[in-house]
Amino acid sequence: MSDLPIDIFTIIDLIIMSMLLVVGIALVRLNNLFAVVMLYGVYSLLAAIWFVSLDAVDVAFTEAAVGAGISTVLMLGAMLLTSREADPTPVLRRWTSFLIVAATGAALFYATLDMPSFGDAASPANSYVGLQYMHHTISEIGMPNVVTAVLASYRGYDTFGETVVVLTAGLGVMLILGIGVSGGQAAPSAPEVQSKTAKKSKDVSVKSTENHHIVLQVIAKMLIPIIVLYALYVQFHGDFGPGGGFQAGVILASAVILYSLIFGMEETRRAIPPRFVQIGTALGVLIYGGTGIVTLALGGKFLDYNVLNAHDPVHGQHLGIMFVEIGVLVTVASVMLAIYYGFAARYRELKDQDW
Amino acid sequence: MSLMSAISSISGLRDLLPHAAALVVVIPLLAGPIAVILAKARLAWLWSVLVAAAAFGLSLVLLGTVLGGETITYEMGNWPAPLGIIYYVDSLNALVISLVSGMALLALLYGWPMVEREIEPKKQAMFFGTFLICLAGLIGVAITGDAFNVFVFLEVSSISTYVLVAMGAGQNRQALTASFNYLILGTIGATFFVIGVGLLYMATGTLNMADISRLLADGDNDRVVRAAFSFIVIGLGLKTAMFPLHTWLPNAYAFSPSMIGVFLASTATKVAFYTLIRFLFSVFHAGAPFETAMFDYVLAPMAITAMIVCSVQASFQPDVRRLLAYSSVAQLGYMLLGLSMGTVAGLSAGLLHMFNHALMKGALFMAVGLATLGLGVIQVSEMRGMGKTMPLTAAGLSIAGLSLMGVPLTAGFVSKYYLVIAALERGWWWAVAAIVVSSVLAIFYIGRMIEAMYLQKPPSHGDDPVIVVRSPILAIVPLYILVAANIWFFFDPSVPKGLADSAATLLLGGGAP
Repeated sequence: MSDLPIDIFTIIDLIIMSMLLVVGIALVRLNNLFAVVMLYGVYSLLAAIWFVSLDAVDVAFTEAAVGAGISTVLMLGAMLLTSREADPTPVLRRWTSFLIVAATGAALFYATLDMPSFGDAASPANSYVGLQYMHHTISEIGMPNVVTAVLASYRGYDTFGETVVVLTAGLGVMLILGIGVSGGQAAPSAPEVQSKTAKKSKDVSVKSTENHHIVLQVIAKMLIPIIVLYALYVQFHGDFGPGGGFQAGVILASAVILYSLIFGMEETRRAIPPRFVQIGTALGVLIYGGTGIVTLALGGKFLDYNVLNAHDPVHGQHLGIMFVEIGVLVTVASVMLAIYYGFAARYRELKDQDW
Repeated sequence: MSLMSAISSISGLRDLLPHAAALVVVIPLLAGPIAVILAKARLAWLWSVLVAAAAFGLSLVLLGTVLGGETITYEMGNWPAPLGIIYYVDSLNALVISLVSGMALLALLYGWPMVEREIEPKKQAMFFGTFLICLAGLIGVAITGDAFNVFVFLEVSSISTYVLVAMGAGQNRQALTASFNYLILGTIGATFFVIGVGLLYMATGTLNMADISRLLADGDNDRVVRAAFSFIVIGLGLKTAMFPLHTWLPNAYAFSPSMIGVFLASTATKVAFYTLIRFLFSVFHAGAPFETAMFDYVLAPMAITAMIVCSVQASFQPDVRRLLAYSSVAQLGYMLLGLSMGTVAGLSAGLLHMFNHALMKGALFMAVGLATLGLGVIQVSEMRGMGKTMPLTAAGLSIAGLSLMGVPLTAGFVSKYYLVIAALERGWWWAVAAIVVSSVLAIFYIGRMIEAMYLQKPPSHGDDPVIVVRSPILAIVPLYILVAANIWFFFDPSVPKGLADSAATLLLGGGAP
């Protein structure tokens, strides 16, 4: 550590890390949930910037899209269903928590004493399997983005598991909150309430809201195709630059969420029915796992993309990665929508002054 | 021996099934989403039963191969070990995988009449889909030879478990808070675990368990490795419900749907316990001073405390399912005690007790679920007269209860016997004393139920006898399969005992996966 010159990157890292610390402390101390959700977004954005500075561009992209982007929206959605203030934590519990966190932190500090210094080329993480990935990716997978190669092929089975994790989260929301299809607790309550209020006040509030938002509507109509296009770019450019199914799925879902914020839930449900979303959550996992089943049928092992093209294994890898990334996209986008539908189905009609 | 030969005759199929290790996870993992799409409850249930039966069949194939003295390695995506993820089956996890898939099959058979009454019809298909994902997650944790893949499948199984526990909300809204507590503590556990795995990667540059173990053999005086060890033990300790990290367990078991209570009590903590053993003995080196100190000064005392304190707590629980849940934490103490001895005999006894405990707790939770269905039993006092009103359920409950106490002629006796022998071998007299005290407490809390069922009169409204909902035959059969297993494994514990012995020898003889 000591022989590193203090360069501009070290200074930037230090600034970002101290900002993270300040935001972290503020998060713990605040009781206003709205502020907490916003600060979570800030924290994620800072973390994303820091990851860029650490050269982990793919991670940064995911953090920005998921942490700073959609989870802020979802957390706001959850907050609207509860309250805007958290109950203050009892003093005793505050101190016990502090002690546990301090002990955990101390253990981590203890570990740092023997850690290899940052960027050490001889450290195990940089010299063993990691280095092998760097060497083999071009010849075996044939794509410049090693992160995508590791994520979707070398350790593609982990990513399959992660996609199932996302699906399970979606199933949880659909089972507990419902999204307004068969299988939803909210099915009888929320849409009914919504349509009732909508019918009652159709002439008064809905119309007037529409008028209010005319500028927003025009802008949104221009923005949404661009967002969708960007999602597709992120999806299919993942072989070459940062990106892939997870980020693209989140961006795609955010386009639909933007649509529903401007045009209302009912319109969105008509455009993308909840049952469609429900099937989508499962379909993505089936596309991913189905790719594995196809490789089995072709005589390879599970998720061995080499067999997808009998003559050119590298092309087989490209095909396999494309299929599984589509699977990730479908499940991630559908689950994000399912969670959003789940929350949105439970809101009372929001009036302008509530915002 | 007949079971042995049956299993090895099935293993004749192994030439046809070179992918069995992958399929045993992939089939339920893909069947889950299909059940979601099916959307019809009865169809989804039938589908789930078929899938669980297939998974159980495949795990018997794996078990047969392992009993034949082989280990199985399967490279996912055909990438060789440190580059890719491998599945690895030996005598240690073959037993766990068969246990999980077998219990899933029984829980599903038992589950239909219960789910029909407890879960909203519209949600049932998704419920079964989530259950299959949970099953795949648990098998995935047990079968993998990759440290990070453990985390991924731990998340698959945990998140689905939180959801399944929350589905008890149809009966009692407290299921939601129980699930939320479990979610928070489970997530902290998973985070600790993944921090530990990250630190291990920093120290070794690899995620393959055997590879990590090989690289750590050079020395674990490294502070990074010690921190990794501590984080992993605490993370898995939370998942195992190791005392005092067990606070999520009683409510999660008590308020979940009956079928889920049966499945969780007999599998979830068992898989976490297995993972703990895998990491302690075949990733880290159990003989190292830091590890030995942890065994002697942390694990063993915690195990003893759990055995006594939680048995006392069980004795004073009015709620039957909470009683059984506290008893589970106490029984986990027995398993951890065996593990903390650090000897072949101790570890083997702990593993055998893990297997037997799954059989007895599965049966007990099934019987209690039936009692709730038949008589609306929630509290021990409401069980009075069940010997007359629900004779079959009461008998099953009593036999499983006797097994839990460790009475001869039941499987529970066998594992406690070996545990006592192992403790004596190690010279741990105080541990023997703790086993005796805890067993006496078990006689007390199980005795409360038996006393209520057989020595008290059934409740009556004036002259009319109580109305009992007849127990569905579909639910009685799996209960009695488990009850029979509790007796069978007293007379012939050769398969689980043989596997536990060979696993313990393998783990302590320096054999790494």
